[in-house]
Amino acid sequence: MNLLLTQLKPGEKGKVKQIDACRRAARRLYEMGFNIGTNFEVVKNDIGPIIVSLFGHKVAVGRGLAQKIIVNQPD
Amino acid sequence: MNTIALVGNPNSGKTTLFNALTGSNQHVGNWPGVTVEKKEGKFKFNGNTYNVVDLPGTYSLGAFSEDEMVARDFILKGNPDVVINVVDATNIERNLYLTSQLLEMGVKVIVVLNMIDEAEAKNIQFGIKTLSKKLGVPVVTTAASKRKGIKELIEEIVRVIDGEMDLKPSISYGDKIDREIKTIKKLLSGKTLEYPPRWIAIKLIEGDQYVHDLVSENKALSSDSEFGDVLSAVKENIEDNELEIVNRRYEFVNDVTRVSVVRPEEAVKTVTDKVDKILIHKYFGLPIFILIMFVLFQLTFAVGEDLLGGLMAAAVDAVGHAIEVFLVNINSPAWIIAFVSEGIIGGIGAIIEFIPLIVVLYMLIGILEDSGYMARAAYIMDNIMRKLGLHGKTFISMIVGFGCNVPGVMATRTLESKKDRMIAILINPFMSCGAKLLIYLVFIAAFFPNGGGLILFLIYFIGILVALLVGKIFSRTLFKGETTDFIMELPPYRKPVLRNVLRNMWDNVSGFLKRAGTVIFAVVTVLWIMAVLPAGVEPYGAESILGRIGLFIAPIFKPAGFGTWQAAVGLFSGIAAKEAVVTTLGMVYAGVGEGTELISAIQGAFTPLTSVSFMVMTLLYTPCVATIATIKKETNSVKWAIFAMVYTFAIGWTMAVLVFQTGRLLGFS
Repeated sequence: MNLLLTQLKPGEKGKVKQIDACRRAARRLYEMGFNIGTNFEVVKNDIGPIIVSLFGHKVAVGRGLAQKIIVNQPD
Repeated sequence: MNTIALVGNPNSGKTTLFNALTGSNQHVGNWPGVTVEKKEGKFKFNGNTYNVVDLPGTYSLGAFSEDEMVARDFILKGNPDVVINVVDATNIERNLYLTSQLLEMGVKVIVVLNMIDEAEAKNIQFGIKTLSKKLGVPVVTTAASKRKGIKELIEEIVRVIDGEMDLKPSISYGDKIDREIKTIKKLLSGKTLEYPPRWIAIKLIEGDQYVHDLVSENKALSSDSEFGDVLSAVKENIEDNELEIVNRRYEFVNDVTRVSVVRPEEAVKTVTDKVDKILIHKYFGLPIFILIMFVLFQLTFAVGEDLLGGLMAAAVDAVGHAIEVFLVNINSPAWIIAFVSEGIIGGIGAIIEFIPLIVVLYMLIGILEDSGYMARAAYIMDNIMRKLGLHGKTFISMIVGFGCNVPGVMATRTLESKKDRMIAILINPFMSCGAKLLIYLVFIAAFFPNGGGLILFLIYFIGILVALLVGKIFSRTLFKGETTDFIMELPPYRKPVLRNVLRNMWDNVSGFLKRAGTVIFAVVTVLWIMAVLPAGVEPYGAESILGRIGLFIAPIFKPAGFGTWQAAVGLFSGIAAKEAVVTTLGMVYAGVGEGTELISAIQGAFTPLTSVSFMVMTLLYTPCVATIATIKKETNSVKWAIFAMVYTFAIGWTMAVLVFQTGRLLGFS
């Protein structure tokens, strides 16, 4: 099932399916480890940017951008 | 001499490794044409000297930021004998993405798995031999913060420089793109180009704007119709190609790590996770941040001023007295004695006394940076900043500005959009720099001797508030448009490496000392001459040139409560360098610039209320020449530099008047 990154709660895991952001932002995300198919875990999602853990490393993504990241169930 | 380039992701421990390799043998400059800092260092091994160039930390080698451009240009055009790729061992899956781009460049690479100690603590295991074989380059492990593995790394560097390396490309981008690369590469052969043909081919296919521009400017290529056809075919698919190339690079990385890295099933819960639960908490995060800043300034004041500053002042007094005695004993002419004791010792001495304070401030900021908290500060502030139309990262450049506005303005480079960056640059001067601290300290000593830390905190706070409000106005008026998205790594908390903190402190303090020895010395000399001329006037009097300039400007400051020519002269010299304000006040009020005499003179000339309005003025008004020059360089526009000069003055003046008039209405004096 496809979800937006913003819809996941802390502790929930997911897999990057698609990034619908502008080219530049998408590129930045890929380079920071959000490449298609990567598994991640949401660490924090309350106020401010959403924090995601990729291989145990935290990356904060602004909510606006997080809404453009489409995710699905992890492997 | 052999040259070694260091590349790596931010937070990979690259700077720590650089410090471990080169020790104190370093030099900081600028890359030509850009304001990116260039760090170089040297080390000796077996009688040979090696030059190490620390390239800016980047996640990628594209054309999206100056940092990336500087890094890739040096790798491809600076002819390094070997490129050291520093990889955070605990985050190897992402760090190797940069490695994959280095492997495309056809240069000799050594991969350094740094922070291997942390990886071991996290139970991550590596098959180093497999890793090296899969990547096709040597792999060395280090724990740079503990200086482990440095010797082995140096030995490997020497081996690689002297030896041959198979530089055959090892990444496949799929049949279609591989074919296109081959075609373009063939068409490029024989043409004079600044970069390797295969690399250009890849960059053209993934839509690198800089390389596209480069090719279109090349006459031999733009007249080649076959090349033109291939290029336009490539251009049609840039978005798909880009994604494909990125995916293939990651696939390559996955292939490598699948057989060489073993992570534990369940990741070890780290201290960082626990600490972050509190430090970036929804409600506690912001109060804690404010508390940390408060403690930072209290500590700066307590250690730098109360503890060490007094000692320094006594030392300056003693040295100054000894020099005076010496000059009298050798029968120097009176004007030399006057110039040395009043101008030089008085002027420079007043600045020297505050060195401990600046040392402490820079060390504390360095600790915040090195520990990983700085990124959290940006994260916590993003929420508020966004409501003001600003980017959270703006706050980092603001904190750096507390040290000095020059690096503060430069630190705005991490902001990618022009809008965010312009605002961050223009509001940075409101962040009270270390040199302005000198001014407050004198006034605090004169009027608020028991509340120093609190007053300082309030001043800094007003600076932040004004910066944010002005930023909000700018984002609604001068620079409209969306604030770019927040993407930022929150590195794990680490114990600050003492050597890094000291190094960073020394780079900044030595800059301060250099300024004291050159700009400030020159300003002091000129001011002194202006204060004693024309011949016959009472030195430092209203009749001197300096006094006349002051008298001319002074009326503007009447509504702010400090319409004296002395205060005007002080502010005037502050545009050359903020350190000079105290020096000048010392000269015009006390005849000598130091300590208690100046303080009692100021007690006579100001009131508690006017001292506050004067401090607010110095906090906000026109930044020093060095900052203005940096703004000009960073915005690439004289217009914006002049704008920054003028509007800050207007705001400083308005606020000072506001403080004075409101204070008077409330019955303060």
